[in-house]
Amino acid sequence: MPAVTGKIAAASLALALFAATTSTASAQKKYDTGATDTEIKIGNIMPYSGPASAYGVIGRTEAAYFKKVNDEGGINGRKINFVSYDDAYSPPKTVEQARKLVESDEVLLIFNSLGTPPNSAIQKYMNSKKVPQLFVATGATKWNDPQNFPWTMGWQPNYQSETQIYAKYIMKAMPNAKIGVLYQNDDYGKDYLKGLKDGLGAKAASMIVLEESYETSEPTIDNHIVKLKATGADVFINITTPKFAAQAIKKISEIGWKPTHFLNNVSASVGSVIKPAGFENSQDIISAAYLKDVSDPQWKDDAGMKAFLEFMTKYFPEGDKLDGGTIVGYGVAQTLVEVLKKCGDDLTRANVMKQAASLKDFRTEVLLPGIKINTGPNDFAPISSLQLMKFKGEKWDLFGDVISADAGG
Amino acid sequence: MSAAEEVVAEGHQAVEAVPKRAMTLGTGTSLLVLAVLLVVPVFVKNFIIFQMTMLLIYGLAVLALNILTGGSGQFSLGQSAFYAVGAYTSAVLMEYFNVNYALTIPVSAAVCFGFGYLFGKPALRLSGVYLALATFALATAMPQLLKLNFLEHWTGGVQGLVVTKPDAPFGLPMSQDMWLYYFTLIVTVAIYVFSVNLLRSRSGRAFMAIRDNEIAASSMGVNVALYKTLAFGVSAGITGVAGSLGAIAVQFVAPDSYTITLAISLFLGMVVGGVGWLPGSFVGAAFIIFVPNMAESISKGLSGAVFGVLLFLVIYLVPHGARQIAILGQQFAGKLRRN
Repeated sequence: MPAVTGKIAAASLALALFAATTSTASAQKKYDTGATDTEIKIGNIMPYSGPASAYGVIGRTEAAYFKKVNDEGGINGRKINFVSYDDAYSPPKTVEQARKLVESDEVLLIFNSLGTPPNSAIQKYMNSKKVPQLFVATGATKWNDPQNFPWTMGWQPNYQSETQIYAKYIMKAMPNAKIGVLYQNDDYGKDYLKGLKDGLGAKAASMIVLEESYETSEPTIDNHIVKLKATGADVFINITTPKFAAQAIKKISEIGWKPTHFLNNVSASVGSVIKPAGFENSQDIISAAYLKDVSDPQWKDDAGMKAFLEFMTKYFPEGDKLDGGTIVGYGVAQTLVEVLKKCGDDLTRANVMKQAASLKDFRTEVLLPGIKINTGPNDFAPISSLQLMKFKGEKWDLFGDVISADAGG
Repeated sequence: MSAAEEVVAEGHQAVEAVPKRAMTLGTGTSLLVLAVLLVVPVFVKNFIIFQMTMLLIYGLAVLALNILTGGSGQFSLGQSAFYAVGAYTSAVLMEYFNVNYALTIPVSAAVCFGFGYLFGKPALRLSGVYLALATFALATAMPQLLKLNFLEHWTGGVQGLVVTKPDAPFGLPMSQDMWLYYFTLIVTVAIYVFSVNLLRSRSGRAFMAIRDNEIAASSMGVNVALYKTLAFGVSAGITGVAGSLGAIAVQFVAPDSYTITLAISLFLGMVVGGVGWLPGSFVGAAFIIFVPNMAESISKGLSGAVFGVLLFLVIYLVPHGARQIAILGQQFAGKLRRN
């Protein structure tokens, strides 16, 4: 029975290995570059200047959160040393800063570096150096690829899953819909569009009546809205960033178009989109979310939200609570702290990835109820579910179940 | 009257007239700099070597602009477009056709030379700020052109292309970074020598005659149209080589890498290094690589403002850039000798 003995041998070998690793982990402290008895050095790259500088607030929130962690005694007695550099959203600069962090500052890992092109530029480097590129701040689908890039992991739900969820909903509720899509002409817009088409499957070609794109340099998107109305579409998928989303909501109401309006999560903020566009214009818009919205009154007495607001007042008073970036930064920083806590005294890069890939039902309290962070050796997409919501009165009403859609890399 | 004062006195001219002997360093100094560039990498970390490589690459791009502006008196804010074309040429050849990285460089040079030459044709009708504006349009258009649907198959669209970094050949015992540095250094020295000789040649004199006075130049028999487009072609070709080397060093090309910001940085590097002074190109490159980092270490939130202040100081204190410092240094050395 060679096959069976082989299996037994493999099993006992695995068991022995398991025993060996657990015993060494508990018996002695293990460190890679960037970790010591007193300190864990974390690198980060953000666009503090340049076209995407609005996102820099994420890095500043994280720095403030790690200060809070340090003030409270650090992680297993070690203080976090957070080194954050500016890349101005320019990939060559990202490469320079990543190399500086890894080779000169000698960090344990690079955490939450922002943007799809900047992260693409360093992905190969990070993986060849075997340095974790953890919880990258981009919703592209390609970060969930543990076979080819075992040192890279995303965090937020990817763009494609979100439109796949809309597609599922449309197929069920309005199987004969005529869909008009407005999307931003870049990776973010195209990723969303792909998710929608994948979700609709074979019916995509017949259901989508117009795919209209706009450039971020356009002052207004009014003409695109008029064009979409003219197609007679009864479903409008709005894949735009906050400024344009507010314009679109207003214009649609102005010209008396009444489609079922799906607004992407990127622009679902009550404070920065809905309120400027007018509550009366925004009724019944459908969106999906994974985080609690600070400007939404229903979370006023929520414990997680209270903790977040308390943190903001104490450690980051100059930050804008209503800016979506602060709550994202807070949530992702909490996730990293959880991973580092689980690492215990084995602060090697391999163990950091191992722990990051074994999160089970972890929740940071700024996530919507019912949304949990789960990862595994073959699942490098920490948040992969969203919940649909409809705008009623002055707040989002969550409806339906938490839906998960894992778009593969 | 010092050279600087002379320039101020004839301030009506868009580009100052730099005599061709003042465009380069003496042989002794050049060899000394070369020796330093050869030896330093042996003693420093890979990260520093990478930064030095980037310095040479940006230096080449600034040098190309310097030939165009300092040599032939034409402005360009569109160098990032040529840089992008060079980078993409190399990236596409390496990743889709498995062409050796070294062979992609002459191809890039040729493609960009052609592109620059053709662009120079319509640009002939423009001069000064109008030409700057036309090239500016090229720089703003390029990132979007790279995202076009029918090119996406080759360019990878907004996602860009990942480029494989070459190993040292013949089993040489050096890291990829060090090999790439020496490779870049060889290319840089070759192009630098070529540029110096170009400006000292008949063509170079024609460039400078056009820069100083177009009418006088044409009445002396210089084919103004030909030499102006030629200057554009040469400048674009060298920028393309820099772009190729940049793509190999950074291992990634994406439209966001080649925005108008890059073109402005190169222009800034030229001014800081001294318009028309070729060695200054590398000083200017150092400025655009290291000063933003310095500004960031002074204040993260205000890095842009700090950078602005530093730039303002440079322009105010040494309006002719590194060249002015070099001239002052020379005069000082001369005085010491006389005493």
